[in-house]
Amino acid sequence: MKKAKKEKRNKRISIAFCSMVYLFLFLPIMVVVANSFNATTSKPYLSWKGFTFDWYIKLWSNSSLLSSFGNTIIIAVASTILSTIIGTLGAVGIYRYKFKGKGIINGLLYIPVVIPEIVIGIALLTIFSNVNIPRGMLTLILSHVSFSVPYVIFNVRARLSGYDKSIEEASMDLGANRVTTFFEITLPVLAPGIAGGALLAFTLSIDDVIISYFVNGQTKTYPLKVMESIKSGVSPDVNALSTLVLIGTILLVFVTQSGILSGKHKKI
Amino acid sequence: MAKRSKHEFKSNTMPAIVTVGPVAILLLFLVVAPLIFVAVMSFCQTDEFYNVVYKFTSVNYGKLISTDYLKIYAQSLLIAFITTVLCVLIGYPFAYIIARTKSKKKQLFYMLVIIPFWTNSLIRIYGWRTFLGSSGWLNKLLMVTHLVNEPVDFLYKTGTTVLGMVYCFIPFMVLPLYTAIEKLDGSLLEASSDLGAKPVKTLFEVILPLTSSGIFSGCIMVFIPCLGYFFVSNILGGGNTDMIGNLIERQFKSANNWPLGAALSIILILVTLILVKIYQKLGGDMDNLGV
Repeated sequence: MKKAKKEKRNKRISIAFCSMVYLFLFLPIMVVVANSFNATTSKPYLSWKGFTFDWYIKLWSNSSLLSSFGNTIIIAVASTILSTIIGTLGAVGIYRYKFKGKGIINGLLYIPVVIPEIVIGIALLTIFSNVNIPRGMLTLILSHVSFSVPYVIFNVRARLSGYDKSIEEASMDLGANRVTTFFEITLPVLAPGIAGGALLAFTLSIDDVIISYFVNGQTKTYPLKVMESIKSGVSPDVNALSTLVLIGTILLVFVTQSGILSGKHKKI
Repeated sequence: MAKRSKHEFKSNTMPAIVTVGPVAILLLFLVVAPLIFVAVMSFCQTDEFYNVVYKFTSVNYGKLISTDYLKIYAQSLLIAFITTVLCVLIGYPFAYIIARTKSKKKQLFYMLVIIPFWTNSLIRIYGWRTFLGSSGWLNKLLMVTHLVNEPVDFLYKTGTTVLGMVYCFIPFMVLPLYTAIEKLDGSLLEASSDLGAKPVKTLFEVILPLTSSGIFSGCIMVFIPCLGYFFVSNILGGGNTDMIGNLIERQFKSANNWPLGAALSIILILVTLILVKIYQKLGGDMDNLGV
């Protein structure tokens, strides 16, 4: 009896504690969403002047904000596709073939993961400016590929470690060539790892501030647009866009996650 | 012999080049070369127009030990340390509860940790500034409840920056801990308590040692990037809580002394290398880093 009482009390404490942590995590988001409905029109847009949907309409005429968001999507899509292809090929190659310097490549992959982003950012900036690659879309995409590829490789590699090579040999014995085997056998088995890696690459890319901040030149991404507007006060249409993006990503990720999960069930 | 090496080429060398080649090129040109370049630049000079002149000097390293900078390094390490400790103290019990819950909503609890990170991190940190500002919700609440008569100045303090950092990095602590704690075999905990161990003893002698890998990797994932997150101290610290990341940012974006910024970056690289070495010495697995 006493034990049950104690357990009940512990449970209450656990629930209270976790609620506090979730409140901490979601509090600033609530502020962002609330401010997207703020009727204030004067900088720095901090005091509450009543409820309005205006900013969700005004948003569509803020062309610099929309184009920065467009840039973010273009960069995220391009860098995700590139890093997924390069990373998947690399993971398969490192796992399967013998070559000199494998250990070095494996070690180098951890660098973008552990070194502070600011160091990667300035390092890329110095090299781009020294070899005179004009900074903009291209350098942003290249930079995002460079920090995404290791994550794709780690995800695909996790999938490879439980992979039975003999089905590939069977495929080749039955007359399929190397390329056919790769597309028909290897890729479908690795698909969940590849999808997980791609999702991570996309997420890292759309939220990247620090590295983009150094290699962007004149091109503005959405996070950089936010950074610029922080100096004078973030206008509520930025909050409105953030709110829409949040809703969009929640929907998107729930759809893709359930897709990946059901795909996994079918495979195994 | 020639035939065999030809076969070897077709079955190993060529596919190895095709598959690993792109990664190798990428690592060479976008990771290794830039970092070597930073090291070279840290020994260069600037002319009167702030252009980099490729002439050897060690003057940048001399500047690194000025008292102003030393204060900022100390402040950076302190903020990163407090942030890491708080992330463990809050993140561990939190991860423990959600990893060991028998609730059907476990998946949802896990997702709720990740969802905030789909909103741009800058705007969330700005959300904190709005919340804590003199006309923010917190001050309104305190005034309405008559706890205070005048708005309290929460912003631009070390504590505010720490709050922002904990906010940014707590998932990086929670997620590896969640993985480590979920793997924990429940029967061990039962055995421990059946054999008469008090909960505290079970915690220190069973649970913590078995999940230490998660704690170590979480600490690395929080402490190191924290040193470079200049925008958190910019937005919440307002220049009062500069960290080494802010110093680097300024050299590249406003003061335009790239060689000095490069030398400062070398400090961060060294700190990273040392901490990763310690992590490996403690038995940490590199694959546990990076979510």
